[in-house]
Amino acid sequence: MRNYFLRRFIYSLFTIFLIATVTFFMMHSIPGGPFTRERPVPPEIMRALNAKYHLDDPLIVQYFDYLKGLVTFDLGPSFSKIGVSVNKLIITGFPITAKVGLLAVILIIVLGVPFGIISALRQNRPIDYIVTFGATLGVTIPSFVMATLYIFFIAGKLGLVPTFGLKTPGSYIGPMIALSGYSLSFVARLTRSSMLEVLRQDYIRTARANGLKELAVIGKHAMKNALIPVVTYLGPTIAALMTGSFVVERIFAIPGIGRYFVESVTNRDYTVIIGVTVLYAAFYVFMVYLVDVLYAIIDPRIKFEKEAG
Amino acid sequence: MKKALILALVVLILAPAVFANGGDEKEAGPASVLNWNLGSAGPKTLDPGLNGASDGGDVGNNLYEGLVREQAGIVHPGMAESWELSDGGKTITFKLRDAKWSDGSKLTAGDFEYSWKRAMDPATASEYSWIWEYTNVVGAQEAAEGEGSLEDVGIRAIDDKTLELKLKNPTDYFVSLMSFYHFHPVKKSAVEAGPDGIWASDPELSVSNGPFILTSYTIGEGLVMEKNSNYWNADNVKVDVINVAFIDVASTAYQAYKNGEFDFLSDVPPAEIPRLVAENPEYYIFPLLGTYYYNFNMDLEMWQDVRVRRALTLGIDREKMTEIQGKGSIPAAGFVPPGFVDNKGKDFFETAGTYGIPTDASGVAEAKKLLAEAGYPNGEGFPKFTLMYNTSEGHQQIAEMVQEMWKTNLGIECDLENQEWAVFQDTRTQGDYEAARGGWLTDFMDPMGLLAIFQTGNSYNDPNYNNAEYDALVSKANQTVGAEHYEALYAAQDILMTELPIVPVYHYTDDLLSSPQVKNWSRSVLGTLDFSTASIER
Repeated sequence: MRNYFLRRFIYSLFTIFLIATVTFFMMHSIPGGPFTRERPVPPEIMRALNAKYHLDDPLIVQYFDYLKGLVTFDLGPSFSKIGVSVNKLIITGFPITAKVGLLAVILIIVLGVPFGIISALRQNRPIDYIVTFGATLGVTIPSFVMATLYIFFIAGKLGLVPTFGLKTPGSYIGPMIALSGYSLSFVARLTRSSMLEVLRQDYIRTARANGLKELAVIGKHAMKNALIPVVTYLGPTIAALMTGSFVVERIFAIPGIGRYFVESVTNRDYTVIIGVTVLYAAFYVFMVYLVDVLYAIIDPRIKFEKEAG
Repeated sequence: MKKALILALVVLILAPAVFANGGDEKEAGPASVLNWNLGSAGPKTLDPGLNGASDGGDVGNNLYEGLVREQAGIVHPGMAESWELSDGGKTITFKLRDAKWSDGSKLTAGDFEYSWKRAMDPATASEYSWIWEYTNVVGAQEAAEGEGSLEDVGIRAIDDKTLELKLKNPTDYFVSLMSFYHFHPVKKSAVEAGPDGIWASDPELSVSNGPFILTSYTIGEGLVMEKNSNYWNADNVKVDVINVAFIDVASTAYQAYKNGEFDFLSDVPPAEIPRLVAENPEYYIFPLLGTYYYNFNMDLEMWQDVRVRRALTLGIDREKMTEIQGKGSIPAAGFVPPGFVDNKGKDFFETAGTYGIPTDASGVAEAKKLLAEAGYPNGEGFPKFTLMYNTSEGHQQIAEMVQEMWKTNLGIECDLENQEWAVFQDTRTQGDYEAARGGWLTDFMDPMGLLAIFQTGNSYNDPNYNNAEYDALVSKANQTVGAEHYEALYAAQDILMTELPIVPVYHYTDDLLSSPQVKNWSRSVLGTLDFSTASIER
C-alpha cells in the first residue's frame, strides 16, 4: 500500500512538472508578449523591458530559470502588476477564492446529495419532478446569467445584499449560488440516478428481506455504493471551485485568483499563467489522490494492493 | 431611506479607516467620503514614472501633483508657482512654491530632476519613457533610448526652488504637458524603499505630494485615499476620503451606483449608454484626443491608386455608424480630433474642415465615379480583400457596418477577420494584412502627437506611408511654434487626407457617471480625473 502511495506521489510531481513545461512553451509560442499595449511600446523601450525581465534570454535559459524558481516555490514577478510577485498574488487572492469555493462545495454536498437521495426514493412523485426540474435548470443556466440576475434582483431591486465584493456575510450568498449552481444540480442528478441503480441491486433486496429498517438500508448499504460516482465527480470539482471562477469572481468583484486564469493569458503574463495553472494542477492531482483514498473507505472492495500488483 | 441606511453603513465601515489615521480630524464632524469605481481590475502600478495607463493616471493625479495642474484645458500653477521662458522659448525656468511631501519633508527642484531622469533611464524600463521625445528636452530622447547620458539631459535644479529646462526647440505645449502623470515627482527615499514601483501602492512606503495620500491598498479589490494635510492647497480640498474600487464589470458597478454604493463611475455599461444619453443628466460624454480608423497596407499593389482609397473613404456613412454604435462618438473626416486649439485660438478640427469627405452617405456618388475612373465600375474587378480587426464586440460591429456599406454602396467586397489583440498587433506591425483597424490616442495638447505617427519610419506607421513632403512638414512642426507650427500641421493633414493611407472613421469619446451630490470635480482635456477641488453634498 505504501508503495502505491509513493508511486502515486512521484507520478503527481511528474504530472505537475509536465503541465508547467507545456504551459511555459505554449504561452511563449503564441504571438505577442507581456508588453503589448493599446499603444505599442517603442522598440528601444521594449528592449529595456525585455532585458529587465530577462525575456531577451534564450527561451531554454528562461525555462530553466523558471524551473529553478518553481522548485524553490518562487514563481517570479508578475508582468502585469509591476513589482508584485506571483507568490504575493496567490497568497492574497487564494484564501478569498478558496473560502468562497469551500462554501460552494459545502452547499453542493449539503444540498445536492440529499436532494438526489430524496428524489430517488420518491421516484416519479411530485418531489422527484421538482428536484429533476430544478436540477435541469441549474445545469442549463450559465453561472454568469445566474450571477447577473442575482445582482439585478436581490442586490438591486430588493437591496438585500451589497452589490459587489464580500463586505458582509450576506455577500457570500450570490457567489455561492452562482459558483455551485451547475455542480449542485449535477450532483443531485448523479446521486439520484446512481441511487436508483443501487436500489435495484440484489443486496439491497436481501437487506430489506432481512428486516433491516429502511434508514439502515439506505444510509448504511445503499448510500455507500451510490456515492462512489458522486465522490469521483466531486474530487476534481472541488479543485476547480476552490481555485475560483473567472466569470463569478469578475461579476461579483471578488478579489480572488479565479480571474487570473483568463486575464493572465490575455495579458501574456507568463509567470502568473504558469503560477495559477500549477496551483490548479497541484490541487487537482491532490484531489484525485484523495478520491482514491476515499474509495477505500467507502467501498472496502476497492483495494490498492490489487491495482498496484 | 434605504440609501440613507446604506450610506450610514458605508460611513460606519469607513469610520475606523478615517479615524485610524488623522487624530485631529476626530472632532471635524462627519467625514466627506467619495465612492468611486475606477472601472479596471486595478492599476498596473501607481508609480508615476512607471505608469503608462489611464487608470493609474486617474489615481495618480489625486495622489501627486506636477509642476502644473490642468483642469478642463486650463493650466493652473501646481508645484510651480510661476515660470518664465527665455532664449526664444528654448529655456523654461520654473519657480517652485513652498511645498512638502506627505511625510512632511521639503519638496525641492532636485526631486523633479531625480524623478524625471529616473523615468527616462532605460534601467527603469518605463513604458512611457517614449514621451520624452515629444518634450523636446535636450538630450532626453537620446537618454531614454539608451544612446545618451543622463548627465547631458537639459534638466537642472539650480537651487531648491528653481528648475531649469533646456529645450531643443520652443515647444508650445510643454507647460501643459507637465500636468501629465508621467511628470509627477517621486521622492527618492520612497522609491528606493520598495523596488519596481511597489512602494507606490504600499501605504507604509508611499510618499506623495498631491491633495490625497494613499492609506490602504488591496490587490484586485480597491484602495483608499485620504486628504493630505501637508498639501500646499489642503485648505481647499473638501473631500476627506476617496474609496476607489477596482470593478471591471461595468454592469455590476452600474447596479452598485444605482444602489448608492458609488458616487462616481469611470466606466458605464455600453448597453445603457443610449438610455443614459437621452435621460440621465448625471451622464457625461467628453471628446477624447484620439481617432478610430482603418489602415491600408500601402505596400500592396491593390492600394496604389488614390482614387480607390478615396472611394472607400467616401463609401461609408459615418453618421449612421456612430449613431448605431450609440456612444456619442464624433464622425471623423480628418485625423485630428476636436480639442486642439491652434495659434489663432481656433479649434484645429473645425479649421481643418472635412476635405470633401461628407460624414453621411452623400459621398457615395463621387465614390462610384472614382471607382469607375480607376477601372472598377460598380466595384467590378476589384480584388476581394480582408479587413482585420482585434477581437472585440465593438470593433466587430464597426467592421460589419463598413463591410456592408462598401458592398451595397460601392460593390466592393471584403472578408472580416479578427485576431486577439496581442496577435493582431504583431500582424499589423509586420504589415501582414490588407486593411486593418487602427486607433490612436495622444497624451499631449498638440495635433503633432497624432500626425507624427505617419512619418516614415515611425514605429506606429502601420500603413507604411512614405511621403517626403509630409515627413518634412511634421519635422518642421516639431521645430517651430505658433503660426509656423500650425501651418505645417494643417498642411500635413491636407496631404494625409488627400493621399488617404487611412480611412478615418470616428473620434473617440470618453464617458462617466457622476452623482449630483459630487460637485466641482474636474477632468483634464487628456482625460485624467481630478478631485482636488471636489466636494460632496449629501
